[in-house]
Amino acid sequence: MKAKIYISYKEGILDPQGKTISHALDTIGIKKINSVRMGKYIEMEFKGISKDKASEITDESCRKLLANPNTETYSFEIVEE
Amino acid sequence: MHFAVIVFPGSNCDHDAYHVFRHILDVPVNFVWHRETDLKKYDAIIIPGGFSYGDYLRTGAIARFSPVMESIIKEANAGKPVFGICNGFQILIESGLLPGALIINQDVRFLSQDVTLEVDSTDSIYTRSLKKGRKLTMPIAHKQGNFIADEDTLKILENENRIAFRYSKNKNGNPNGSTDRIAGILNKEKNVLGMMPHPERAVESILGSDDGIDIFKSMIGMA
Repeated sequence: MKAKIYISYKEGILDPQGKTISHALDTIGIKKINSVRMGKYIEMEFKGISKDKASEITDESCRKLLANPNTETYSFEIVEE
Repeated sequence: MHFAVIVFPGSNCDHDAYHVFRHILDVPVNFVWHRETDLKKYDAIIIPGGFSYGDYLRTGAIARFSPVMESIIKEANAGKPVFGICNGFQILIESGLLPGALIINQDVRFLSQDVTLEVDSTDSIYTRSLKKGRKLTMPIAHKQGNFIADEDTLKILENENRIAFRYSKNKNGNPNGSTDRIAGILNKEKNVLGMMPHPERAVESILGSDDGIDIFKSMIGMA
């Protein structure tokens, strides 16, 4: 079982990396992109626990360490392999 | 005044800080490895600059859970001076001792250059012997030093006189893009200071500036 975790900047938080990527895409001729936000993707693997337990552990990990509550939000999905 | 300089895996300004106390100010100082947990014998704690844990995940995010941090938070809450410089500032923010966030510089580059700071709040052990508005030259060396905070927090910092240093108003004076040119902030009780610029690297004229030494002199009451 695997947790797929997505961490992104909260709305309203400046994302200079996203902005730079957006400029670069424009420069190479890829148009019609309104904005780019850059985040993080993290995977965690579990063995021998229930989906609920995995979800609980993932949520605690996000709250305590993986995401900064001041600037970031997170979401995740638990998937069976 | 006996100083502790905390050492994390990846700290790299620990020796610069040690040098200030041991060789320039001639006051007692010890390195304290991040696994130690007893800080009682120290009168002040320095969290130095560097790249603790390789800046993995977020700057300061992993160091914040080092064993020594629990003691630092306890001592800070008891009123002991805790001074975080650069990565130390990032760690203090991650630990919740200081508010806001330090995000990537506005132009997404690592900046290594001198800046001019203006002393704002003189209401702290660190700035009590400096004049408000005094200009200090010292280096910055960081990629995540762009200070942001929500409107309420910014108002509180302003109203409680907790902004210790700001970057200069001059063109390009605030290279990382920090909100309100904020370079260093204090906690509510003003015993905790975090700043991105490096005063410990500006303590002898041979280094290009000795403006930083006055912050450390202020701490030990040697104005």
